[in-house]
Amino acid sequence: MAKLHDTPMLDELEKGPWPSFVTDIKKLAEAGNEPCADLLGQLELSYKDKEGHWKHGGIVGVLGYGGGVIGRYSDVPELFPGVEHFHTLRVNQPASKFYKTERLREVMEIWDRRGSSMLNMHGSTGDMVLLGAFTEELEPIFAELTQKGWDLGGSGSALRTPSCCVGKARCEFACIDTQDICYNLTMEFQDEMHRPAWPYKFKFKVDGCPNCCVASLARSDCAIIGTWRDDIRIDQEKVAAYVNGEIAAHGGAHGQDDKLDIKADVIDLCPTGCMAYVDGKLEINNAECTRCMHCINVMPQALRPGLDKGASILIGAKAPILDGAQMGSLIIPFIKMEEPYDDFKEFVEKMWDWWDENGKNRERIGECIQRLGLSAFIEACDLDPIPQMVKEPRSNPYIFYKEDEVPGGFERDIADYRKKHAR
Amino acid sequence: MAEIVANKLTDIGPPKYDEMWPEVIKNNYGKWLYHDILEPGVMVHVSETGDKVWSLRCAATRLMTTMHLEAICKIADEFGDGFFRFTTRNNVEFIISDESKLEPLKKALADNGQLPLGGTGASITNIVHTQGWVHCHTPAIDASGVVKAVMDELFDYFNSHKLPAQVRISLACCLNMCGAVHCSDISILGVHRKPPVIEHSHLDKMCEIPTTIAACPTAAIKPSKVDDFKSVQVNADRCMFCGNCYTMCPAMPLADAEGDGIALWVGGKVSNSKHMPMFSKLAVPYIPNEPPRWPTTVETIKKIVEVYEGSAMKYERVGEWAQRIGWEKFFEKTGIEFSHHHIDDYRFAATTWRTSTQFKW
Ligand code: HEM
Ligand code: HEM
Ligand code: SF4
Ligand code: SF4
Ligand code: SF4
Ligand code: SF4
Repeated sequence: MAKLHDTPMLDELEKGPWPSFVTDIKKLAEAGNEPCADLLGQLELSYKDKEGHWKHGGIVGVLGYGGGVIGRYSDVPELFPGVEHFHTLRVNQPASKFYKTERLREVMEIWDRRGSSMLNMHGSTGDMVLLGAFTEELEPIFAELTQKGWDLGGSGSALRTPSCCVGKARCEFACIDTQDICYNLTMEFQDEMHRPAWPYKFKFKVDGCPNCCVASLARSDCAIIGTWRDDIRIDQEKVAAYVNGEIAAHGGAHGQDDKLDIKADVIDLCPTGCMAYVDGKLEINNAECTRCMHCINVMPQALRPGLDKGASILIGAKAPILDGAQMGSLIIPFIKMEEPYDDFKEFVEKMWDWWDENGKNRERIGECIQRLGLSAFIEACDLDPIPQMVKEPRSNPYIFYKEDEVPGGFERDIADYRKKHAR
Repeated sequence: MAEIVANKLTDIGPPKYDEMWPEVIKNNYGKWLYHDILEPGVMVHVSETGDKVWSLRCAATRLMTTMHLEAICKIADEFGDGFFRFTTRNNVEFIISDESKLEPLKKALADNGQLPLGGTGASITNIVHTQGWVHCHTPAIDASGVVKAVMDELFDYFNSHKLPAQVRISLACCLNMCGAVHCSDISILGVHRKPPVIEHSHLDKMCEIPTTIAACPTAAIKPSKVDDFKSVQVNADRCMFCGNCYTMCPAMPLADAEGDGIALWVGGKVSNSKHMPMFSKLAVPYIPNEPPRWPTTVETIKKIVEVYEGSAMKYERVGEWAQRIGWEKFFEKTGIEFSHHHIDDYRFAATTWRTSTQFKW
């Protein structure tokens, strides 16, 4: 039977309307789950000490994989033996995190029998995170998971588990098949995911449109973001219905009573000023539109993305460590992204080759590009420089020229120079 | 065990996505026409086939037990043909195609008590967060506890649509920022404020000295002999408490009850709608670590949300609002004190200084 610890501080977190993780964990602890009881005990100690109680790292894993398991040991195991080992397994989630309960129960059953019964649904990267197993259980857990058709995700200096927004499964804005792209890339690059061989981590995230619900452009080394090249589709009758207050604005995001003010809420907020409402008709100068999605978001029944759909590819986003936070930079403004995604994968291989060759230890691709220059990167990817890649051209005059770009090259004769110029 | 290893399967990848779809999603994949949010937490999506689905979005603790997950599965079995999903922000969504099940499902959720509806439209939805003291070795703060305390206080914004636009809150418990808080409307970041304490007697045994030195972004670490031990020294003036050295070398912990705490950041966004994506900017450099309910952090966030609610224009995200009124007004209106910590003194700092006579008093 699990030893229940006193948790006066954590008990405070059982109050209030938001679901309480403490109440949840306590129930299992009271049902006899030792890791849950000791997890609460150790957490209470951390609350008292205002310092965490996990040891730094610890190399554990499963045979054949370099990633997918993160080692964790308690630094007070004598007090909390149930969490002496508390290793994490990252389990690759199904695209967009849809679950069939019958399949999810396969994972839960293994985890109840061999692990702590604690999970993160989900980690920031995307995986289902099984939180807390003893070392000797790792191999059997992995074997049982794969027998049931579940695999581990990535960790370490490897490809991280790709993730995507809900996309075509339930969003009318999706311009690309986010789930298929995510699944296809995950399957194609299993080796890169499970066997770390790179300077550092690399993440793909797939968003169906520029609303970026999985935050791909802030959180992934390679963001694939759906967009379109032709004109926004307009249903003028529905526009009139919005103007007449028959349809709630913004898909009801401000309540069902909220009516649309076509000028204030749409025309005036269009960042490019390319919209007009003339004689009861909405006009869009599509050549000026940057496809920001605002007008489509606020009139989802009247406006739709165009039909010539594909994706923009942005490279290099990352959190601050080490060289400061970066957002992805637009590298490919438009690519069709159609199955089997060969042209995209060709680009990916070139990008990885360059990074593998040039990246320093623990240098994300975005940092590597910053150090060696965007020009070097696009050249390595066989792309031509185009204005879409920058917000504005450079304002500093220190331009690097290569020798072959200048007639006669860099070699000159000082004697020739002196013939014309006295010393 | 030997048998298990002999039959080993590897690299099978995740289950294919379509195996996890309810029938109605399968039939309408890529055919959705539009959506409507009927009430906080309840959406309807309409397909060109004429089919409709109702999605009920519920708050969830990201950290959960299989017991709670089983309760969710039971509800999904009863109402959603055995299917449900999680959102990017760790909400739970039940998807049903039969309108007559809508009210009974709402009742079942209410009866459960741990699955309140909300998080749609102009609301504050679930806080994306990291691990904290529950599982990570580098945190300055807990994650789940802070999130619980903040969301309890902001609950009225979760199940309503009264904000000018959606507000996304994220939390990361250290500068590694697993929670990607660098682009959120409001970000809660665990920070250390003391240089690493060095265990000279063990450093050479536990760590590779050259990699440890190379790990420091500010070159604050140099090799040193201390009491006959081969070790390192840290130039405290150059340390900005990033913890990168600890990541490389367990003999250099940073955690400290008095040193650690919370910094708050505001005005980031990731969507491309209207304004371009923006980084979060520093609002409060330091708030003490106050478990179990972090009252100062909670109050400060609430204040920011309330001032934003009262002052922003419709559709304006926190960052768009602050940019329009000017950051000097942001500090005035929120009553947050501006200090020398708000003035960037790291790389690229100059891009944030004012180079104009245009300002407000
Ligand atoms: C050894 C130290 C580290 C550990 C133990 C660690 C652990 C983790 C874990 C457990 C996650 C999943 C997040 C979650 O479930 O909440 C994660 C994601 C993440 N980590 Fe770390 N991490 C470490 C180092 C770093 C470093 C050095 C960086 C900075 C470059 C970093 C940046 C991130 C980011 C940005 C994510 C989220 C990615 C996303 O949003 O998809 N981590 N990390
Ligand atoms: C003003 C327009 C919108 C903006 C700026 C916006 C932005 C966002 C952001 C920032 C997130 C969270 C991303 C994260 O986890 O960090 C999100 C989530 C989400 N948004 Fe939007 N959004 C907008 C409109 C919409 C609309 C109209 C829909 C409905 C069709 C929608 C559907 C979703 C969904 C389903 C999620 C969760 C995605 C998932 O977990 O798969 N968004 N949105
Ligand atoms: S990113 Fe676009 S397509 Fe994907 S869920 Fe968000 S709004 Fe829909
Ligand atoms: S998508 Fe954005 S830029 Fe294009 S017309 Fe609409 S509001 Fe204007
Ligand atoms: S943000 Fe830092 S402390 Fe929190 S989970 Fe990530 S690495 Fe650990
Ligand atoms: S905490 Fe960061 S800045 Fe300070 S010594 Fe360590 S690596 Fe260097």
